[in-house]
Amino acid sequence: MEVIAKRPETLRNVPFTYCPGCMHGVAHRLIAEAIEDHGLINLMTGVAPVGCAVFAYKFFNFDMAEAAHGRAPAVATGMKRARPEMHVFTYQGDGDLAAIGTAEIVHAANRGEHLSVFFVNNAIYGMTGGQMAPTTLPDMKTTTSPYGRDVNDIGHPVRMCEMLATLVAPYYIERVSLLSPAEVLKAKKAVDKAIRYNKEERGFTFIEFVSTCPTNWGIDPDKSRQWAKENMLPFFKPGVFRDKGEGVE
Amino acid sequence: MSKILMKGNEAVAEAAIRAGCRLYFAYPITPQSELIEYMAKMMPKVNGTFLQAESEVSAINMVYGAAGCGKRVMTSSSSPGISLKQEGISYIAGAQLPAVIINVQRGGPGLGDIQPAQGDYFQAVKGGGHGDYRMIVLAPSSVQEFADMASEAFDLADKYRNPVTILADGMLGQMMEPVEFKETLSDEEIEALGEQHKSWCIHPNEDGDKKHHHEINSLEIDPAMLEKHVENLYAKYAEIEKNEVRYDTYNLSDDNEILCVAWGTASRVIKSAINELKAQGKSVGMIRPITCWPYPYEAVAAAIGPKVKQVYVFELNTGQMLDDVKIAVCGKAPVKFWGKVGGIVFTPAEIQQKLEECFK
Repeated sequence: MEVIAKRPETLRNVPFTYCPGCMHGVAHRLIAEAIEDHGLINLMTGVAPVGCAVFAYKFFNFDMAEAAHGRAPAVATGMKRARPEMHVFTYQGDGDLAAIGTAEIVHAANRGEHLSVFFVNNAIYGMTGGQMAPTTLPDMKTTTSPYGRDVNDIGHPVRMCEMLATLVAPYYIERVSLLSPAEVLKAKKAVDKAIRYNKEERGFTFIEFVSTCPTNWGIDPDKSRQWAKENMLPFFKPGVFRDKGEGVE
Repeated sequence: MSKILMKGNEAVAEAAIRAGCRLYFAYPITPQSELIEYMAKMMPKVNGTFLQAESEVSAINMVYGAAGCGKRVMTSSSSPGISLKQEGISYIAGAQLPAVIINVQRGGPGLGDIQPAQGDYFQAVKGGGHGDYRMIVLAPSSVQEFADMASEAFDLADKYRNPVTILADGMLGQMMEPVEFKETLSDEEIEALGEQHKSWCIHPNEDGDKKHHHEINSLEIDPAMLEKHVENLYAKYAEIEKNEVRYDTYNLSDDNEILCVAWGTASRVIKSAINELKAQGKSVGMIRPITCWPYPYEAVAAAIGPKVKQVYVFELNTGQMLDDVKIAVCGKAPVKFWGKVGGIVFTPAEIQQKLEECFK
């Protein structure tokens, strides 16, 4: 029998712990494929976040660390400084990266740490059961914004790519989405570029995935993607915010 | 090697570099600033990493990452900054990583002041961070001892894969004393130290072993697994308690009528008072815990001589180690406490007066 699709060697034979319809698995696979394609399996290491991807350290088939909530960029900084011969990435969600870990991500980016950061934005806290995230949309209902996010009270959603693109050091910043097969293919190219830049020690690379959370949004996976296209993409616009390799400053 | 006159903060930094520390992450705070500044100056000269982090929280998490790679790594701060590091210390203990943390204590609570104090004993010895863990705590009383503890702290951290704190204070950090550096590890020796951690730490998969997968982690979501993990930690802590208790004594004899217990800077003042009283024919002994955890309970109990009518605890706080002394003494003699706070260090004359009252 001809094998036409298989698990990359960079993923372990361990079942994902994600809900049906969740896209963390897609994001994991894109990262794993890029690491394999660039021949980095024996030199790669990563940092898992707190949140739904808390067990990401079990899934990747190389050495991994698990960080405290929001601290992944600091932990990854320590790892890269201790093992400059290795390549380091972090995998973080919106609560982890854009709320409790704001200082860590901003300063890792500002130092131009040689890291790849993969940021999954689904506008909600998943693991703790659907609380408001820093990226929750205006008027969106969550368990801690039961009457809808009141922007006059709690502020507007945070756009991380735009914020980090105000800094001088970051080498590559792009926002992609995982909302259709065509967009997943575009995301694959962005992830591939981030890992390539990482391998080439170009500097700090940051990919934001606009994603969904069918379980906590209370919408089925298909309609979730539609909802995200209509509501998230107008606010979190996909695009390249910085690519020094391609002259985008 | 000849002696050099140095501040404690600089001496311990130099000693750490000589002991193989090539990674240092910290945030400025008084009264430990000479330490971070010394590292900023010297680390580039030994091809080491000096990184001024955006916060103490980040600094300790950088330590977590570097320690997870099996390298000798250190951070330092003073009391309020050490509070911020507690989250990371708990994770380092949980993930069983070797790391050295220096606390040059100042007055508290809150912002307190910037003078020497011993108010962080509870935090260092009894927890500080969340969860069931222990941290090895070394308490120096001179610049020489402060410096010597750097290599000792790294050795203990490596041996037990556990965080080790050197609990100094603003007096030891700021004052200058002659110091002699005992050893300097070569780059090859430092590299060789990393071998002991290769079975668990993050490192390149040189052999291309397809099953190679190390996890640096403190999460055990299965209660039965977490129970086993914490029991394993406690077995390790029991070993440390058995092997690593350290203390010093001064003028200890069967003639002692008072036994003083003091640690760190406070113990130096007690020594002067003991000498004065000795000249008057009054016998006072002292025991000084060098490891605040593991605490020298048995040694303190054994130091109570046949004529001791008072155990006297002196600290630069409101009575923190006092609890451990009471556990050690266990009712065998009356225990009294006197302390100074606010960053004010008691004088030998004050201590002498307190001790003389016991002879009346």
